[in-house]
Amino acid sequence: MAQHHPPTGTLLRRAAASTGALLLIGGLSAVPAAADETDGTDGTTLTVAIAQQVDSFNPFTAQLAVTTNILRHVYDRLVTVDPDTNEPAASLAESWDTSDDGLTWTFHLRDDATFSDGEQLTADDVAWTFTTIMENDAAAIASGNYVSAFEEVTAEDDRTVVIELDEPQATMTALNVPIVPRHVWEPILEAEGEDFSDYVGDDLPTVGSGPFVLTEHSRGEHIRLEANPDHWRGAPGFDELYFRYYSEKDAAVEALRSGEVSFVYELTDAQATSLETVDDIAVNIADGKRFQAFTINPGAETQDGEEFGDGHPALQDLTVRQAIVKAIDNEEIVQQGANGQAVAAGGYLPPRYADFHWAPEGDEAILDFDPEAANAMLDEAGYDRGDDGVRVSPDGDRLELRMHVHADRPDNVQAGLVIAERLADVGIEIDNRTVDPGILSDALYDAEYDLIFTGWTVNPDPDYVFSIHTCDALPTEPGTMQGDAYFCDEEYDELYQEQLGEYDREARAEIIHRLQEVLYREAVVNVLTYPNIMEAYRTDHVESLQLEPTEGGNIWGQDGYWAWWSATPADGSSDVNGGLSTGVAIGIGVVVLVLVAGGAFLFFRNRSTVEDRE
Amino acid sequence: MTTTPTEADGPTGAGTDDVPAPAAPGTGNRAWRVVTYVCGRLLTAAVSLFAVIVAGFFLFRILPGDPVRAMTEGREVTAEQREELRRQFGLDQPLWRQFLDYAEGLLRFDLGISFQYREPVVDLILERLGPTILLAGTGTVIAALLGLFLGARAGWRPGGRGDRTNTAVALFFWSVPTFWLGLLLIVLLASGRGFMPGLFPTGGMVDPGLSGPLERALSTAQHMVLPVTTMVAVIYAQYLMIMRSSLMDEKGADYLTTARAKGLRDALVRRRHAVPNALLPTVTLIFLNLGQVVSGVILVETVFSWPGLGQLFYSGLQVPDLGLVQGLFVVFAASVILMNLLADLVYPLLDPRVRP
Repeated sequence: MAQHHPPTGTLLRRAAASTGALLLIGGLSAVPAAADETDGTDGTTLTVAIAQQVDSFNPFTAQLAVTTNILRHVYDRLVTVDPDTNEPAASLAESWDTSDDGLTWTFHLRDDATFSDGEQLTADDVAWTFTTIMENDAAAIASGNYVSAFEEVTAEDDRTVVIELDEPQATMTALNVPIVPRHVWEPILEAEGEDFSDYVGDDLPTVGSGPFVLTEHSRGEHIRLEANPDHWRGAPGFDELYFRYYSEKDAAVEALRSGEVSFVYELTDAQATSLETVDDIAVNIADGKRFQAFTINPGAETQDGEEFGDGHPALQDLTVRQAIVKAIDNEEIVQQGANGQAVAAGGYLPPRYADFHWAPEGDEAILDFDPEAANAMLDEAGYDRGDDGVRVSPDGDRLELRMHVHADRPDNVQAGLVIAERLADVGIEIDNRTVDPGILSDALYDAEYDLIFTGWTVNPDPDYVFSIHTCDALPTEPGTMQGDAYFCDEEYDELYQEQLGEYDREARAEIIHRLQEVLYREAVVNVLTYPNIMEAYRTDHVESLQLEPTEGGNIWGQDGYWAWWSATPADGSSDVNGGLSTGVAIGIGVVVLVLVAGGAFLFFRNRSTVEDRE
Repeated sequence: MTTTPTEADGPTGAGTDDVPAPAAPGTGNRAWRVVTYVCGRLLTAAVSLFAVIVAGFFLFRILPGDPVRAMTEGREVTAEQREELRRQFGLDQPLWRQFLDYAEGLLRFDLGISFQYREPVVDLILERLGPTILLAGTGTVIAALLGLFLGARAGWRPGGRGDRTNTAVALFFWSVPTFWLGLLLIVLLASGRGFMPGLFPTGGMVDPGLSGPLERALSTAQHMVLPVTTMVAVIYAQYLMIMRSSLMDEKGADYLTTARAKGLRDALVRRRHAVPNALLPTVTLIFLNLGQVVSGVILVETVFSWPGLGQLFYSGLQVPDLGLVQGLFVVFAASVILMNLLADLVYPLLDPRVRP
């Protein structure tokens, strides 16, 4: 019975042949693909490598950075950011004014903005968009935070939108809310009802007012945007934008080298360095938008004053917190943690926001790196060193502190090592817990930490990153914190309210400086560095593009759509593709050679076996 | 059917049971034994599947971290926005309630909703199933054929130069990290560094913008070369080693001497007589791996940005997208269980010695 199997050798041989055939097809197939690319007469394409998946193209619910970035090109906002000055600039709204009490904002819309289906964009669309976010919880997922102080939004006429506020809100010129066409979204909202949040906006092409139209989404493969030639700001330089998925950044960098993509962002220092010497690739190193910090658990409390968590009691002492900060050299962290690709921090906001940025100077700089002073402070406050060199608080608690570090951020891991070493110098022992983000987040929300890493990307309007340190951001019950540091300070809260009602930019900047001074002095939120942004593009694909801000600005993640709207194709962009066909010919040659050599080897091997045996 | 696990387990260990069951002449009815065997296998599979569903649900829930916090990390959201998300995902419900809802959904083949994509998990899986089967299926078939072919040769003359070279090469690739090998192939053959032309694409499944089915098929084949090569290189060693040792066992068998005595040439003795018998142990291995075809080769899919289930799983774990990962977990586990079941059922057909 078992002897009646098919002759296996033949089977294996057949299989080997088909394997070869597959490889051959692989090589050959490059030919039509390459031919298709070279005859690119149908328009200019800019390709961006992305990694994050799309959650939704429903502008009311889309959360993730990739989606909000793409939607920014599809739906205009009322106000954008001027790339030269970082200040609010006209977009759908040509101008705006406020009432004397600051509670009524009137936006005057431009009259030449149309949606991609040809309909005029009117004040009614704007009012409907905001009202929907205010009234429908499911529609508030993405932008609810912007309208929390809105009382009513009305369309006074086709071109005038009036927003009534409950309380002053200085962020009114930074409303990052996509304005959608009512005639498209009202029927969707009605049809979906309760399930609106599950509507992912997959009816393509989208109807928007932005410089691009979203026309294609192949999940996990690519997203395609077509230029909207009728956009009021003028047609974009490229005819289409492709966003292609690369789940591995290193692979995306190789794709940039090969010319398959034109732009890669969020590079590591090593990747940026390796690309710097490559022909036709420009590396853009921009001023950071992000601050990298660690916070000290000052004794977590809920809003009602209920204490929870297990932060080290000595950290409630301002002296200890300040001594910790004084013991750490931010410049060393820049060098060791970020290979120099960052700026050592002073205040809370990165220096790219020049008017809001504050850095301690002269007498203010009480927490500059000075380990001797830190030691003296602790000695004086009665934290004596034990036999093992570790200090003990006057209450008898050993100064052994847990430090939670993001394991998924290599620069944090390095910074953590430096901090542990420096704190040892002043008699504080660190239990370094370099952990997954999930564990870190649990420790934070349960207040079961002493030192913990954090960081935020700051928008041109910094209101949010300040709001998370008000007393209102404390948890109502353990685990529900809105902020990220259990910080609560009366002076800070007053200043925060004051800046929210201050519509004069210069005066507001002054208050924001004082907010940062309080944060700095209290030493709960301690900013270490502002990491640089590293990205790269092919100069043989892209002739020029607008950075935001113009000086030291970035390309990906702009607050406006300047980069892709302004990008113009380079003349030589077909060269890369043309070169591919030579490559293909060689490729086929190699494949054939391997097959022939392999076949010959097997043939002779077979024979020799026979002869050996007999 | 009144089979108990003990009864069902009986025939499994009967691989050595070549004397026809003398102990129980009353139940010696062959059809009955086959039915018991099959039912026993089915029952075991069902129990495993149930365990997997329960474990999958709770396993991902005891993972540290909160999906809503993770999804909104770095975003300017209010506590109310987070609460709304929690409500939509059903995370505000007690755990037992969530489990009941989930279990009830499973009965209707409803794996729940992905938090991240806001789509039914079933739809997401079906969308990615094709690419994964294409890639991992091709890879497994080629690796199996290559491994068995080389293994048969290596095992025929163990210790010979061919054996030593083949085994060394196979084990080398087996121990190479998939990720590293994939990147290396990309650097060498795709990125077009220095004088090396970029022969193959660096990632993806098909070039965007192609419309014709033939164009798309060719583009896909081109995109498959590097991932399939990586996958084959890494896994073919296991087939080679099993085939090799299995053939070495058969080598001394009497029937081979007989075959030689008939004057058959050496290659024929190996091909017609030794290999078919040596193939049996590899059947289990092949079935086991076929089960894993569905789960894809997560690392290969990730390096080459292949839009398959593995990449989907990887992206889901980063959130963590509970709905998606537990759904995928069930599907992965179910496919392995199913293939094991098939192996159990097919094996007796191939080998009369283990028939119940």
